[in-house]
Amino acid sequence: MSEITYDHAPGDAQANDAPSTVRMHFLGLALAIVLTATSFWTANTSLLWAPGVALGLAVLAIAQMGIHLVFFLHIGSGPDNTNNILALAFGVLIVFLVVAGSAWIMTDLAENMMAGPAMHMPMGH
Amino acid sequence: MNAAYELANIPPQAYRVSEAGPAGKRIVVGYGFWVFLLSDFVMFAALFAAYTVLARATAGGPSGAELFNQAAVAIETACLLLSSFTCGLMSVAADSRRRGAFYAAALVTFMLGAAFLGLEVREFSEMIAAGAGPQRSAFLSAFFALVGCHGAHVAIGLIWLALMMVQVAARGFVANVERRLLCFALFWHALDIVWVWLFTVVYLMGVRA
Repeated sequence: MSEITYDHAPGDAQANDAPSTVRMHFLGLALAIVLTATSFWTANTSLLWAPGVALGLAVLAIAQMGIHLVFFLHIGSGPDNTNNILALAFGVLIVFLVVAGSAWIMTDLAENMMAGPAMHMPMGH
Repeated sequence: MNAAYELANIPPQAYRVSEAGPAGKRIVVGYGFWVFLLSDFVMFAALFAAYTVLARATAGGPSGAELFNQAAVAIETACLLLSSFTCGLMSVAADSRRRGAFYAAALVTFMLGAAFLGLEVREFSEMIAAGAGPQRSAFLSAFFALVGCHGAHVAIGLIWLALMMVQVAARGFVANVERRLLCFALFWHALDIVWVWLFTVVYLMGVRA
């Protein structure tokens, strides 16, 4: 019964041999460097359509987060990783709710607080 | 060929994880620390939310585009990314019990992390000296809270890393030292993920705006 597989600890390498884990870290580093360089280029170039740059940067950051999770933190999609992935998915959900929810509410609030000429209440009554 | 015989002949690999009994301590500790890190991400999410809401509330003071030095941010990013990489090599060296490689990787990780922190402290002190401290505007309060919180995490990580080197020197690769090394590696890589969002949202988007 010694061959029963247990869950996988987050951060533990999937492969048991060191060379393939080292190779994985080198691959992750190379991909992260490419994505970081692309991010800095995207922010500084005038070649791209300016309103789309912020979205492009967000996509690059999400991609780089994925690279870090898979190649450095060894969070995979195998059945032994289900608990780690589920916890991560819940964390991402809460992070999304906090950030997107705050931005949404505060933008809405700013628009409603904007005193247009017709809606302006005279002060000092 | 009855059912009991069939069951007894299932190869061990086919057992489901849930039938394998309680998980080992390394898995439980790693998972618990993973949940802590996710809650840390939620805390950073609140600071990010505050920053994005207040990013334009400069109260007549300097904006991000005027304050941020992209070259310094690029060097900080390189330091932290490389230290995350050497931290991965440190984990590999620890797993294969190679002390020399472990100390070398841990030392490089520490120096790169210290270089990152030094650059950040210099950036902060220059901003404060120029009158752009956290009390200048809501934008700067949010900036110092968010970036400073990440910097504080890096500082704690450096202390932790130094303690881990001492523990490995004093006690070797025993089980609980190995578990702490696993948690440290998770912590350090997680800080790099937070930094990816920091340089994207604060510095790169801030320079554009």
